[in-house]
Amino acid sequence: MRLTSHNTPAQGRVTDRPLGRALRALPWNAPATVLIFGVVLFPAGYLIFNSTQRFGLSGLDLGSAGFANYVALFQRPEIFPVLLNTFIWVISVVVITVALSLALAQFLNRKFPGRRIVRITVLIPWAASTVMTSLAFVYGLNPFYGIINKFLVDIHILRVPLGFTQQPLPAFVTAMAVGVFVSLSFTTYVILAGLAAVPNEVLEAAAVDGASSTRTYFSIVLPLLRPALVLATLINIINVFNNFPVLKLITGALPGYSDDTTTTLMFKILQSEDNLGVANALSVVNFVIVLIVIAVFLRVAQPLKEVDS
Amino acid sequence: MTTWARTPSVPAPTARLGAPRRRRSRWPDVGRAVVGAVIALLFLVPYLIMLVGSFKGQFDILTVPPTYLPKVWHPENYITMWTASQTPLLANLISTVVISVGATALMFVVCIPAAYYTARFRFPGRRAFLFVVVVTQMLQPTLLATGLFQEFGALGLSDTWIALILINAASNLTFAIWIMHNSFASVPKEISEAAQLDGAGKLAVLMRVNLPLVWPGIVTAVIFTFVASANEFSASLVILTTDTLQPLSVALSKFVGEYDASWQYLFGVSLIAIIPCVLLFVLIEKRLVGGLTAGSVH
Repeated sequence: MRLTSHNTPAQGRVTDRPLGRALRALPWNAPATVLIFGVVLFPAGYLIFNSTQRFGLSGLDLGSAGFANYVALFQRPEIFPVLLNTFIWVISVVVITVALSLALAQFLNRKFPGRRIVRITVLIPWAASTVMTSLAFVYGLNPFYGIINKFLVDIHILRVPLGFTQQPLPAFVTAMAVGVFVSLSFTTYVILAGLAAVPNEVLEAAAVDGASSTRTYFSIVLPLLRPALVLATLINIINVFNNFPVLKLITGALPGYSDDTTTTLMFKILQSEDNLGVANALSVVNFVIVLIVIAVFLRVAQPLKEVDS
Repeated sequence: MTTWARTPSVPAPTARLGAPRRRRSRWPDVGRAVVGAVIALLFLVPYLIMLVGSFKGQFDILTVPPTYLPKVWHPENYITMWTASQTPLLANLISTVVISVGATALMFVVCIPAAYYTARFRFPGRRAFLFVVVVTQMLQPTLLATGLFQEFGALGLSDTWIALILINAASNLTFAIWIMHNSFASVPKEISEAAQLDGAGKLAVLMRVNLPLVWPGIVTAVIFTFVASANEFSASLVILTTDTLQPLSVALSKFVGEYDASWQYLFGVSLIAIIPCVLLFVLIEKRLVGGLTAGSVH
């Protein structure tokens, strides 16, 4: 155990046997493996299995239900609008976030006095709890005592305070805006890292050739940013799909399901209705949605093409 | 290019070339600084609302129409909030700290050996292990909430800090292992081999030779796990039901829709939680992206 290198022929033989090497790696990797299986893979499998079980009101497993939970799920009248909301939520928030982050990163990549401070303020929503950030918006946008509403009235953007979070449609749009707000930090930082990797010589060569800055950006910088963009978009898809706190805090108090995504609906079924079977079925649907969205995105973006070349 | 202009020994033509470039760039500099200030203000909006609100009185914070600044400043809010009757904020803050410290410690113990060994040695199953680590990134607690709720219920661990410590350690494991793996991989093999020749065991090589060299990566993983655990919401919401065991994220979320919420206290405690997280993130600002990108790029 103590010596690994090929000091003596005998030890060398033992070291090189695959089984021996795998066994020796075991104590080093076992804790992480146990943790992953116990708290990630097992609950995933457990909820898939439980999606085919019937449950009593106390949560007692009453045996197999076949696909009854899935049937019950898809017979709910709100399920298809909720699915549509989910796609609108993920696609809008991710697209707007990436577009704004591209501009923001481009700006923060230039030198100017105070840049370091601006970069730190951009970092704050990432470090801060999404629940707390959303709470400040919920308070600020309140039509009665909210000071964002007051400010918008004072600068004449609004005539009277608007109930941003009181009606389904404005509340959903508000949630999207806050969803973008809390996603900008990470995305901008990934793109900034991508911009830092663009070689200066290439940009200078383009300038010497007389390319305009717009032309340089779209023909040179953007293609070089592709790996960073693919990565930022991919992680954003997962994060935005799972961005439960923003929707819960901003639209959660509204009655009905008009602003729900499959994620918030799942928590409602689990917590308010105590319907474990259907909540499990919807969780499986969530798995499938995440997989489909990621697969479609990778198909469209074809990131491997760029990596291989 | 700029070095040309600044170097005093350059001949006249270059200096002339440099001068207008500098003159052209001064005004855009000011313009950018102004735009930068506006961006900074926009990003600060929710936190400025918290800061100002945390000094308002209970009546003041619910006044219609509101005032931007407190009519009377109430710095004592930062003392009275700990004993406020509406919510056990001190217990909630303690929960957040216990869960975050526990999850970070567990992550540390579990990830360092795995990251070190996968970076330093080749063995059957290494690729499979690293693949599973990446898959973990996709299966976040929000997606697994029903499964985690039922699993910890069956284990008799629902409504315990241990459950959340395990969940947070696991859900930040991808970031931690990847960033540490890359740090260990960047340490030249020869250094470890020299130590081994001197008779040091693998554990000693890790502890005495490698750890001191890779501490920036480890600090990044530790801070990231701590901050992410402090901000976790979904799993805590379904697993912790006793209000004194709930972390701040869950406790504060219950105030939405309350008719006479003590927003000044929520904002005060929010700032106390946010400020250390931001300071910690600023420390690792440069390395944050590395941990997230490494896994997918390699």
